[in-house]
Amino acid sequence: MGFFTDTSICIGCKACEVACKEWNQLQGDPPKFTADSYDNTGQLDAQNWRHVQFIEQVPDNNGVIFQPTPIAGGQAWLMMSDVCKHCKNASCMEVCPTGALMRTEFDTVYLQKDVCNGCRDCISACPYGVIGFNEQEGVAQKCTLCYDRLQGGMQPACAKACPTESIKFGYIDDLHKVADDRLANLQTQGYAKAQLYGRDDKVYGGLNAFFLLMDKPEVYKLPNAANATLPTRNNLPGYVGGVATAVVGLIAGLLAFRNGRMSENKTNNTSAQ
Amino acid sequence: MPPAEHFAAAPQWQWWILAYFFFGGLSGGSYALGTLLRFAGGPRHESAARIAFIASFVALLPCPIFLTLDLGQPLRFWHMLVDTSNGGIALRPESPISLGSWALLVFGVFSFVSFLGAIAEIGWFRATSPIARILRSGAGLLWSAIGTVFGLFICGYTGVLLAVSNQPVWSDAGWVLGGMFLASALAGSAALLLLFAGSRRDVDADTTYRIERADRYFVILEAILIALFLVSVAIAGTVTRVLGVWIVLWIVVILGLTAPFLTSRVRGWPPVAAPLLALLGVLALRALVIFSAQT
Repeated sequence: MGFFTDTSICIGCKACEVACKEWNQLQGDPPKFTADSYDNTGQLDAQNWRHVQFIEQVPDNNGVIFQPTPIAGGQAWLMMSDVCKHCKNASCMEVCPTGALMRTEFDTVYLQKDVCNGCRDCISACPYGVIGFNEQEGVAQKCTLCYDRLQGGMQPACAKACPTESIKFGYIDDLHKVADDRLANLQTQGYAKAQLYGRDDKVYGGLNAFFLLMDKPEVYKLPNAANATLPTRNNLPGYVGGVATAVVGLIAGLLAFRNGRMSENKTNNTSAQ
Repeated sequence: MPPAEHFAAAPQWQWWILAYFFFGGLSGGSYALGTLLRFAGGPRHESAARIAFIASFVALLPCPIFLTLDLGQPLRFWHMLVDTSNGGIALRPESPISLGSWALLVFGVFSFVSFLGAIAEIGWFRATSPIARILRSGAGLLWSAIGTVFGLFICGYTGVLLAVSNQPVWSDAGWVLGGMFLASALAGSAALLLLFAGSRRDVDADTTYRIERADRYFVILEAILIALFLVSVAIAGTVTRVLGVWIVLWIVVILGLTAPFLTSRVRGWPPVAAPLLALLGVLALRALVIFSAQT
């Protein structure tokens, strides 16, 4: 099961953020001025399991629009309710040494707080910056896709609260159909940059929380398919590089420590001095 | 090739991790040098080998403490080794932290036994003399060789640990970081050995000369890998992250790399200056790799 977040109808009301915090009893971070449009949350972290991004594509003082989108005559104010993607191939699960991150019966990725020891390797691995460290509890935290609500037959709090149904919850196959229809509709209307992110397996084998975006993934701080790489890709080359260096280092050591005439001469010279 | 884009959050690995990387590298590297001195160099280098084995264990002692203190839940350090979800042991080969935890445990046994042998031979604790006798035999060679494999793993896996992530710099230089840390650890261990050997009369001049020569070889290897590291991050478009304010640390790294070559050329250079600079360079290299990616 999972989410389909249609950013084309997100109005940035942050009801999802509030519902998430309320259900999951998250304190939230202290309020701050981010100087980033209407964003006062900043990022996904241990206290923010939903984060509404505001991306302003309006002219600056010189009339220049950075990364213009063909919406409303070239100007756009993009909004997206970001969340853990519950990747099919999850980077966080790959590196977790304790097994705290597990795959649930709903095919979502769940972080067991009582198993996590706070090593923070999952934070280092998550390509979306989803996971945060809870300083009070000393563990990593992220969206559970309301695992407790799912077990009770309810939909996640954010999807329930979303007034525009930008966040849709359901079976992935059903959501794919909804997303495909919506994309076709938008493209017919001329939104050439509209695209689905995480619908297919090009990004981490497919995402259980996938998106309809109105611009390139990078605009929403999402890695594109070329940059969506798993951390374990560096395991083999990393160890091979280490072994090669170890072999060269050992040979160098053997050359330096073996008995030989050159060092004997040097020793004699040293003794003579 | 377009530059890599990273949106990952920083894990906030700070001073405890830096300290672990530094001492862990010195421990593993010292063990390898001890083995090489004992079995490749012969009896003449035995006193230096003993110093290396003692240094290895002493450097290893704070490592589990650093790692435990860095955890958000230090009392759950054992979750690295025991699978509390499903029972059994927690060994996950794809996770460098998991492999490293086990390697540290196993290496600790090798380092401790070799330490007991070394202190018996020096005369500090004669009760372990039988261990010392075994370690000088063929079985000792096998023991030290296996210990060296684990020691070198401890030196290098820390680089792989950083690389197996989606962090800028670390994941951009994935194939080189493990080797770079390993070469740096060997160079640092040689410098540490020189530091101690200089204060002991039972280490002869030939041994010191050979350690200096090994140090220079390791430094050359390290310099090549540092160059490859910079090329890797430059290709990925993240080289600016490791420059800028980190230039001060780069200066220390360069001083550390050049120190072993300046020993015989600088008049009035105190004997401890070059090893100390080299050790500072090893620390600075790890600091700039760890911190630059997270800022």
